[in-house]
Amino acid sequence: MKILVCISHVPDTTSKINFTDGDSKFDTNGVQFVINPNDEFGLTRAMWFKEKQGATVHVINVGGPETEPTLRKALAIGADEAIRVNTPATDGFYVAKQLANVAKEGGYDLVIGGRESIDYNGGMVPGMVAKLTGANFVNMCINLEVEGTNATAAREIDGGKEIINTSLPLVVAGQKGIVQEADLRIPNMRGIMQARSKPLNVKEPIDTNTETKITGFSKPDSKGAVKLVDNVDELIKLLHQEAKVI
Amino acid sequence: MSVLVYTESEGGTFKKIAFEAVSYAKGIADMLGTSVTAVSINGNNPDQLGKYGASKVLQVSNDQLQNFNASAYADTISQAAKNEASQVVIISSSANSKYLAPLLAVNMEAGFVPNVTELPTSTSPFNVTSTVFSNKAFATTEITTETKLIGLAKNAFGILENETSVTTEGFAPSLSDSDFNTKVTSVEKANDKVTIADADIVVSAGRGLKGPENWGMIEELAEILGAATACSKPVSDLGWRPHSEHVGQTGKPVSSNLYIAIGISGAIQHLAGVNSSKVKVVINNDPEAPFFKAADYGIVGDAFEFVPQLIEKLKEFKSNNA
Repeated sequence: MKILVCISHVPDTTSKINFTDGDSKFDTNGVQFVINPNDEFGLTRAMWFKEKQGATVHVINVGGPETEPTLRKALAIGADEAIRVNTPATDGFYVAKQLANVAKEGGYDLVIGGRESIDYNGGMVPGMVAKLTGANFVNMCINLEVEGTNATAAREIDGGKEIINTSLPLVVAGQKGIVQEADLRIPNMRGIMQARSKPLNVKEPIDTNTETKITGFSKPDSKGAVKLVDNVDELIKLLHQEAKVI
Repeated sequence: MSVLVYTESEGGTFKKIAFEAVSYAKGIADMLGTSVTAVSINGNNPDQLGKYGASKVLQVSNDQLQNFNASAYADTISQAAKNEASQVVIISSSANSKYLAPLLAVNMEAGFVPNVTELPTSTSPFNVTSTVFSNKAFATTEITTETKLIGLAKNAFGILENETSVTTEGFAPSLSDSDFNTKVTSVEKANDKVTIADADIVVSAGRGLKGPENWGMIEELAEILGAATACSKPVSDLGWRPHSEHVGQTGKPVSSNLYIAIGISGAIQHLAGVNSSKVKVVINNDPEAPFFKAADYGIVGDAFEFVPQLIEKLKEFKSNNA
């Protein structure tokens, strides 16, 4: 089985979110970038398929050279090869087109992405890749087994989960649950050394369109200070009369 | 040319987010000088959508669509959009809508913006505002395609009544076998509990509760309020509560009217997942807990002292206000 894991290069979850150039660009100054957490859960599941079922695992990112350390980290975790499509990730559709092109050309059986990236929260790329390549698709995937060309997946739904039967080629959008938090791997020294000599292939983008364009950012108005109370009667009164939520 | 809105139902009953989506669609239709057409898949009494501004309902009655299927539902909605020559299509942010959205966007060659919080700031160019960076910022996005797909954030726009005379027509989509290549074989869902996604009120607790045996009072509090229960990430990682209750950046998002955090310090990742809730209350014995900076109301104190009191006083409150 050939697996392609899509990796978003995103600000660490604790990053301060600021903007520059007249609030038109995300300020990367002092920001630490990481593998998107939802993608890391999927990558870890891919490692399981590699170790237990002999799968080949490639990782891919659409972005400039600044994203290569993130791809190297994925290699250090255990992916066999990395691909970087050398173009800024301008919008979800544009990225999906680039990924779909590589997925088709490379004949991948399984493409794993994340439920959403923690920066733009679009949650659209894996589904678009599925539609563009004609593959089956499972979103918010919290369990995945593959036997031959049959796949069984669990999807998180509002208030529970559903079990889905489907077949390869398949695209899934993973999240916590596809592996558990405790299964995540911190690259060891050997992994980091090996990652340096693993292939990281840079591919030029295909010519395609975008569908959306971010024109500006703003931050929420700063909140008023918390109202502290020292008894529950006062709290109930405020929630009822002032906030009107009970 | 009408604005098309997909109105979700479960077991035939329309969800509240469906009414919110129609209310929003009506707002856009007014800006564009057109009307709202709703697509209902096996929903009962579709005429009720007129109350929120729909002029027409395309009613799909199809046994194959009894259970949600992302591909088949996306095909149904895109065919309805074509039928109506709709250039603006509205969906919600439920788990099912998020599943079908990218398929629908590709079907319609539509630019898609999810997590939209308000009416477009302009319709030419078509600019919408949405949350990004897990609710830490807003982005203004221009959708440059002819057809636009908008995913409405939950509980951001609200349900607005707008009594409109409505007609219902049958609509029969043409579906292909390949739509059913992903098959749901079983569903596990607790039907007796309010889900975090649907709840108006969420009661959430963290490590401050010291152990899973102390959750009885959290469940009791939730029951009195008709609320869903939730927990912080450490609590789900420790196995005190199921993963399905974990709310935060890598767990479930919460956009309720009221979020009550008990014994949760308020790590930045937790706040990212809950800060689109309207009103936040924190009970924590550490006055330095970061959650106090994010909350509207707070009690600095011991959960084991204040939660039982809150339960008692809310019981009184409920019986006086019943």
